[in-house]
Amino acid sequence: MARPLRHRVLPGFRLTLGYTWFYLGLVVLIPLSSLFLKTFSLSWEAFWSTVTTARALAAYRLSFGASLAAALANVVFGLLVAWVLVRYRFPGRDVLESLVDLPFALPTAVAGLTLTTLFSAKGWYGQHLEALGIQVAYTSVGVAVALTFIGLPFVVRAVQPVLEELDADVEEAAATLGASPWQTFRRVLFPALVPALLSGFTLAFARALGEYGSVVFISGNMPLRTEIVPLLIITRLEQYDYEGATAIAIVMLAASFSLLLAVNLLHRWSHRRWDARSGA
Amino acid sequence: MGRPFRSVSALTPSTPVLRQRAHGLQGPAFVRWGLIGATLLLLGVFLVVPLVAVFTFAFQKGWAAYGASLVRPASLAAMRLTLLAAVIAVPLNLVFGLAAAWLIARYRFRGRSLLLTLIDLPFSVSPVIAGLIFVLLFGRQGWFGAWLLDHDVRVIFAVPGIVLATVFVTFPYVVREVLPVMEAQGSDEEEAALTLGASGWRTFWSVTLPKVKWGVLYGVILCNARAMGEFGAVSVVSGHVRGVTTTLPLHAEILYNEYDLAGAFAVASLLTLLALVTLVVKKFVEWRSQPS
Repeated sequence: MARPLRHRVLPGFRLTLGYTWFYLGLVVLIPLSSLFLKTFSLSWEAFWSTVTTARALAAYRLSFGASLAAALANVVFGLLVAWVLVRYRFPGRDVLESLVDLPFALPTAVAGLTLTTLFSAKGWYGQHLEALGIQVAYTSVGVAVALTFIGLPFVVRAVQPVLEELDADVEEAAATLGASPWQTFRRVLFPALVPALLSGFTLAFARALGEYGSVVFISGNMPLRTEIVPLLIITRLEQYDYEGATAIAIVMLAASFSLLLAVNLLHRWSHRRWDARSGA
Repeated sequence: MGRPFRSVSALTPSTPVLRQRAHGLQGPAFVRWGLIGATLLLLGVFLVVPLVAVFTFAFQKGWAAYGASLVRPASLAAMRLTLLAAVIAVPLNLVFGLAAAWLIARYRFRGRSLLLTLIDLPFSVSPVIAGLIFVLLFGRQGWFGAWLLDHDVRVIFAVPGIVLATVFVTFPYVVREVLPVMEAQGSDEEEAALTLGASGWRTFWSVTLPKVKWGVLYGVILCNARAMGEFGAVSVVSGHVRGVTTTLPLHAEILYNEYDLAGAFAVASLLTLLALVTLVVKKFVEWRSQPS
């Protein structure tokens, strides 16, 4: 039964409970269940052969590989940006601090169009990279670049609060005991940031796996070479192959759910570790 | 504990801390300036230059061409559809967000943590899958496809599908932003108002809502930004019927595919302005809700 936090005077429990479940069911649960129902209409053999075609395997490889590369790049970039924003004061810092969220606020199609135009052979970046023999647009490198852009804020925003709350005493103690700044960072600060880095990494990875708008322009969309999983789903749909689209979607959904489950477990683990340490 | 809603949010505000003097480990000067330089380079290449590029490409043929590409009938129709989708999706998710935040912040009940997990679902689903599920429901071979065909109702490749997909992808935003604020505020004032004889609605309107207004504003602005900017989910259900089922992002895509680069970026510049306004409002809300 309902147990208001302290008193029973707060009204609206039944109304809000009923409405919340009703709306959640109507907008999210019923539509999502259509995906699972559709999967059950497939035989196991049909499902398996659909999700293991050469084209699907190539798409998984690209989506996982590029997302992994982008998430790893974001761990390095995110740590750097969070560190600089928290620890240093310099002109333009406030503007940059706000701009970090741009990849979240900017419609993905705009990001895709802009990055593609910048990195194409005659673009602002592309012409210089081309001179060095590096092709970005319409290759898997381009996919990773777009995914790095999209995931940039995750690690920054995960690490920033932790870095802000770290006690300066610990660092001072390390310095007093004769540790160099590098040793202090590596032995004292970095371990405290690991859970935040991991959770930022996982969030960026999960987001990158499902990303469509920013990638579809820069990837060039060649089957077997630069076709990401979400695009393959759309291709199947356009051929009215609902079963094929659903089967591949289920594989992707399973992957992103397990990632988010991992984030939650990670959170619990790091909180417990933190509580245990501060309790001691 | 009391804060299950953190970190997974795609757009949680960075913690509004009292900005003090930089403290703690700074490292030697050359390290400091090296790191700052690397950050400026990185954010410049990835964020600042692309922003400048959008407007440069949009105006490459001058103001007149810019204006002309925005007032074309197809562009105006795309604006109207984008606004329509947002005008329907945002209020629906606002009402839900307030109800769900009240429920989760004020009561402990069975299924509470399950509810919290389920509310997050639309964030963990690829936009393409968000579109796909509505095709499976309402498409020609979908569960309701035959019925819809008999009654001559079009959902997929029509406006209703776009609205549904938009409502789905923007579902969690308001609740995500309002819930932490409501939890942090507690319910003492509400209890006082009720004890003094105010009705439930009255208490909500004059006590609760003013207390959480900045969280609500932020949730609404994020919800709106996503509603107007959504691409993947809408792309799946739209069918790209020019001037009929194209929202602004889809319209930009069509123009780009037709090699009308200036036109595509003119449309993109509108969406970029929307993103910049969103960031400014975010800054404003953080500034307002900072403990002074």
